[in-house]
Amino acid sequence: MPQVTLTVNGQSHTVEVEARTLLVEVLREKLRLTGTHVGCDTSQCGACVVHIGEDSVKSCTILAVQADGAEVTTIEGLAAADGALHPMQEAFREYHALQCGFCTPGMVMSAIDLVRKHPQGLSEQEIREGLEGNICRCTGYHNIVKAIAAAADVMQGRTSELARAAAE
Amino acid sequence: MNVTTPPSEGIGASVRRREDLRFLSGRGQYTDDLNRPGQLHAWILRSPHAHARIGGIDTAAAAAMPGVRAIYTAAHIEAAGLGGVPCGWQVTGKGGKVMAEPMHPVLASGKVRHVGDPVAVVVAETRSQARDAAEAIAVSYTPLPALPTMAAALAPGAALLHDDAPGNVCFDWEIGDAAATDAAFAAAYKVVRFETTNNRLVPNAMEPRAAIGDYDPNSGEHTLYTTSQNPHVIRLLMGAFVLKVPEHRLRVVAPDVGGGFGSKIYHYAEEAIVTWAAAQLKRPVKWTCERSEAFVSDAHGRDHVTRAELALDAEGRFLGLRVETLANMGAYLSTFAPAVPTYLSATLLAGCYTTPAIHGQVKAVFTSTVPVDAYRGAGRPETTYLLERLVDVAAREMGMDRVEIRRKNFIRPDQFPYQTPVALQYDSGDYEATLREALRVARYDSFEQRRAEAKARGRLRGIGISTYLEACGIAPSKLVGQLGARAGLYEVANIRVHPTGSVSVFTGTHSHGQGHETTFAQLVSEQLGVPLSQVEVVHGDTGKIPFGMGTYGSRSLAVGGSAMVKAMDKIIAKGRKIAAHLLEASVEDIEFSNGQFRVAGTDRAKAFAEISMAAYVPHNYPIEEIEPGLEETAFYDPKNFTYPGGCHICEVEIDPETGETEVVNFTACDDVGRVINPMIVEGQIQGGLAQGIGQALIENTVYDSEGQLLSASFADYAMPRAAQIPAFDVSTSTTLCTHNPLGVKGCGEVGAIGSPPAVINAVVDALRDYGVTHVEMPATPQKIWSIIHSKGGAALPAAAE
Ligand code: FES
Ligand code: FES
Repeated sequence: MPQVTLTVNGQSHTVEVEARTLLVEVLREKLRLTGTHVGCDTSQCGACVVHIGEDSVKSCTILAVQADGAEVTTIEGLAAADGALHPMQEAFREYHALQCGFCTPGMVMSAIDLVRKHPQGLSEQEIREGLEGNICRCTGYHNIVKAIAAAADVMQGRTSELARAAAE
Repeated sequence: MNVTTPPSEGIGASVRRREDLRFLSGRGQYTDDLNRPGQLHAWILRSPHAHARIGGIDTAAAAAMPGVRAIYTAAHIEAAGLGGVPCGWQVTGKGGKVMAEPMHPVLASGKVRHVGDPVAVVVAETRSQARDAAEAIAVSYTPLPALPTMAAALAPGAALLHDDAPGNVCFDWEIGDAAATDAAFAAAYKVVRFETTNNRLVPNAMEPRAAIGDYDPNSGEHTLYTTSQNPHVIRLLMGAFVLKVPEHRLRVVAPDVGGGFGSKIYHYAEEAIVTWAAAQLKRPVKWTCERSEAFVSDAHGRDHVTRAELALDAEGRFLGLRVETLANMGAYLSTFAPAVPTYLSATLLAGCYTTPAIHGQVKAVFTSTVPVDAYRGAGRPETTYLLERLVDVAAREMGMDRVEIRRKNFIRPDQFPYQTPVALQYDSGDYEATLREALRVARYDSFEQRRAEAKARGRLRGIGISTYLEACGIAPSKLVGQLGARAGLYEVANIRVHPTGSVSVFTGTHSHGQGHETTFAQLVSEQLGVPLSQVEVVHGDTGKIPFGMGTYGSRSLAVGGSAMVKAMDKIIAKGRKIAAHLLEASVEDIEFSNGQFRVAGTDRAKAFAEISMAAYVPHNYPIEEIEPGLEETAFYDPKNFTYPGGCHICEVEIDPETGETEVVNFTACDDVGRVINPMIVEGQIQGGLAQGIGQALIENTVYDSEGQLLSASFADYAMPRAAQIPAFDVSTSTTLCTHNPLGVKGCGEVGAIGSPPAVINAVVDALRDYGVTHVEMPATPQKIWSIIHSKGGAALPAAAE
């Protein structure tokens, strides 16, 4: 069986996989990082989004062997070492951008990538279009969009409602 | 110690959710995240045919494949004496005829009746081994005629899906007074007719279903971990009817659940399969559904075909309503299915109007499709859509204003309690108030300017209104028992006050996105005067919670919260006795507020935590009179349904070149009774609105003539995405429920109930210059483009007036 070595959330792992094993299966079943979810089998829902390097990737769409040598960040690796949440996680909580929480890890990982790729900031429409690959059945997206806009402000050093709330 | 609940934590505060931290950190524990030591994996082989006779099933090659531990078919299930998957509701039709209730086998026996019907189960060491082996099972099928639609199933001479359901009819039922309705029509100034199909939907909670069966040979206890909205109901249905295992040997755990919307109410065969297989193999067995498998195995929703007639007088007052509905049950009766088109739908035919005579008929039909059951709103969206479209059609035919005709027929606030001609008695509401507020927020008065401005840009702008009412908070046990429910619909709360005054709340309801861990803690914190941080809410485990009926029908707060209030009343009553003893006062003189038991009119008081400590360390205690400890259980049976209502206003723009509809504004003003956490309530409404907009514009379930499901993946079934959904203007306007202690009505389904007709009314309004009077859901770009092009194309016709 092929072996792959991955760095996940800063920790190196070497695992044996089948040729057909998906990255998400390694994360969930071998490494027991179950924060990354599987919501479909056609690469459409985005519940499985992780970061490889700086980019968001649907981990159900990539074979484990293709990810050999990759630096992977999952939702579990997002908070700081002291447990402080990433501004995107904070914003999702502050703006009630999650209900059942199932789409949330993928949403958060996609949203961070979206913000990083738009250093000049994002309009509401750009946020909505940027979420094309992530489905949420619970929230109606309203609060997800608000949360991402607020987190973008914090991540990009602008003053926002959230930043002000955090400073108080 | 003087503990009071800060206003930022209690009833009415938008407390940030306590469950969020684990979900945002990837530490949620959904069923598929759980793994039991030594666990095996199940894969289910499903029928590729809509309707076929099973000749033989050859499992020899599959059984020899690596890792395979067992293969089960109907023969094993029957040999083990397992029962069928039960239905929870028995509808009695016209002439006292009880519904046809064909056997729903755990694994298909003799015949398959829909694509996706489970035929065999492979249990293996890994999931891929089980899947590979399933592909090696050879089943010989003799195809039979598919019955993918109700029309096909009802056609004369149609093949029978079940031998014991003649004509493929499940029941033929009626409600209301046919003679009085006929008389109303005879006296009518005008009769308006409307026919529609309420499109079939796939609920698609983002977490696919999953189940793990476990068995302890020492104790003989079975444990099922499952994606359920109501673990006690699953224990009852599966234990008593399928596996025949008594309650004390069967524990059902529903951990974090990733959305339900109704689809996770029902007892599904896979739950019984893994629980039974685990006991056979003495090893845990896990099954996780794939999305494409979910499309053909999760219960679908809606799918009603309805014809309605409304009789009006010359002033536009509704005199009578006649409705005939065909309701698709799918291939087998799912848990709630017979109740959806009848007691959850036809009983709402009065809506928020004073129509004096109503007659409704429902014929339920078996087809070779996935079972159909409750999906967010369950029957009320179907009726609301019918009524609110019919009212718009009537306004048009009467030459009346759409707002005016509604106002003229509203039940007025001074008419409550209001007895409808279709069994329900509404307790409270103010439809004018929600209408007025929604019109204001939506800037209804200035709409024509926006229409003209859009027209100048070559876009068709329309506005649509829906003033709806629904019944939820289900339900009074005695009443539903008379209507055919096979269970009570009360709810249970156990409140355990610990010695130091912290509180554990055990509820029979289940949270799968609704935020109960926060809302219920707010409620208990406020009533007992205990800080929020000292209250935990426990749900989803029959091993911890005494009993419960679960979460559906927007019942958790109205029924489950009322049970908590009742249990807390008992806690406070006992606390007053303890306080009276400690303060050497009489019980009648002890008042309780803000966490203090006080001798009225004095500053002599004991804090809640002092009383709880005394209850568990009863050294100075009225031990002759009352028992130690401070823990109470309450069963609350509601006195009536609750009746949320409100007004939704949708504004759309259609691009006549592409037929695409954009929802540009959406306003909702809903009366959901008392609101505990406004942030959570608004979130519930927003989520429901998105599902309603999805139903109106894009979602549809399509079977071909062979009974193959064409919309069987997210590539083929249009789920609403962020760019298709607008920002919402959501607000609440409150009248209190008069018959439960909190005055709450329920907010979980109103968004999905009120919104579809608002959207379609707006679409029809946008197309009015083309002479369009109706567009069926979903109003897809293709459908609208075809309508526009059949009427002369995108070049805008001159205004009809
Ligand atoms: S699991 Fe749905 S996109 Fe990956
Ligand atoms: S929060 Fe449930 S799917 Fe998004």
